[in-house]
Amino acid sequence: MSAGDWPLWEVFVRSKGGLSHRHVGSVHAPDPEIALRHARDTYTRRMEGVSLWVVPSAQIVASDPADDASMFDPAADKVYRHPTFYTIPDDVKHI
Amino acid sequence: MPSLPPIRPEDEARAANLHEHGAFDPAGGAQGGALFEFLLRLGDDSLVLGQRLSEWTGHAPSVEVDLSLANIALDLIGQATFFLDYAGEVEGKERDGDRLAFHRDVLDFRNCLLVEQPNGDFARTMARQFLFSAWQHRLFAHLAASADARIAAIAAKAVKEVAYHQELAAEWVIRLGDGTDESRRRMQDGIDWMARFVPELFEADDLTLFLAEKGIGVDPNAFRADYEEQVAAVLREATLDPLPVQRPILGGRRGHHSEHLGHLLCTLQFLPRTYPEAVW
Repeated sequence: MSAGDWPLWEVFVRSKGGLSHRHVGSVHAPDPEIALRHARDTYTRRMEGVSLWVVPSAQIVASDPADDASMFDPAADKVYRHPTFYTIPDDVKHI
Repeated sequence: MPSLPPIRPEDEARAANLHEHGAFDPAGGAQGGALFEFLLRLGDDSLVLGQRLSEWTGHAPSVEVDLSLANIALDLIGQATFFLDYAGEVEGKERDGDRLAFHRDVLDFRNCLLVEQPNGDFARTMARQFLFSAWQHRLFAHLAASADARIAAIAAKAVKEVAYHQELAAEWVIRLGDGTDESRRRMQDGIDWMARFVPELFEADDLTLFLAEKGIGVDPNAFRADYEEQVAAVLREATLDPLPVQRPILGGRRGHHSEHLGHLLCTLQFLPRTYPEAVW
């Protein structure tokens, strides 16, 4: 047995209630249950989270870096899409 | 390295004498002695298994498993620190947890024989972990209600850690047992190696019964049926043979260990014994 035989899983951690899960890295594991254990042991051993997701990396659909120009460049000069013209109250966190 | 001295008739006579008038005797006001012994048993179980698991660091089948084993080792060594620090306070001879861990010889260790068994392969390590953690989890669940507030607090914290150890180990027993021909053979070998040390976990000697009566400890036979039921269920799911019924092999709780413990202590104790003044 070696990790080379095991599929890769992407790991997402919710750092506290109310926040969304964030991608933190990946683990090798033979199945979903062990993937969760490995994610727990690898990424939440210093109180980083309250909830974990693991997703088979093979299931992720990714954009092609070759398409970067058409995918992302057109947004570069459209600052009016940013909600930066509003004053956000100090009490509103995590926006 | 201490070698095992022969047990002479006068030693046996002395041991019999201790039994009557020594640490186990509540009338002599020696409850501190019994409590000290009990804390050594708890602390040494965690210390020795923690040391064993840490031997895997850098050698596990994958980096993820490496971390899993190191996490469990750290949990156990943390428990050992709490129990042995408390043991030192109860003893009142100015020995703290480190002193008890690093400056006792093999005959003074009170861990069960199961935890000192060599790692073998990953399957054997997981077999040992499952058989031990399933027991330790039930023990700590009871000790969380101990009449001794300090033991109750340590157990209440540790029981959550051990719940995870038990679950993780059970998953590996099932996966390797119900896996390939090779993994099944290895897990069966691992269970076969470790199974003979399970009855010792349920040994109820005078000290255990005395502290159980005081509400400080617990007679492990209170949860034996529950333990055996879980072990049987996991082995069944893993398609492995049930644990054999056999004559108990005892001795760990009185300092009569297998040859393996001395070698483990060599590694564990070398640095602090060679450089007594060394600090972090």
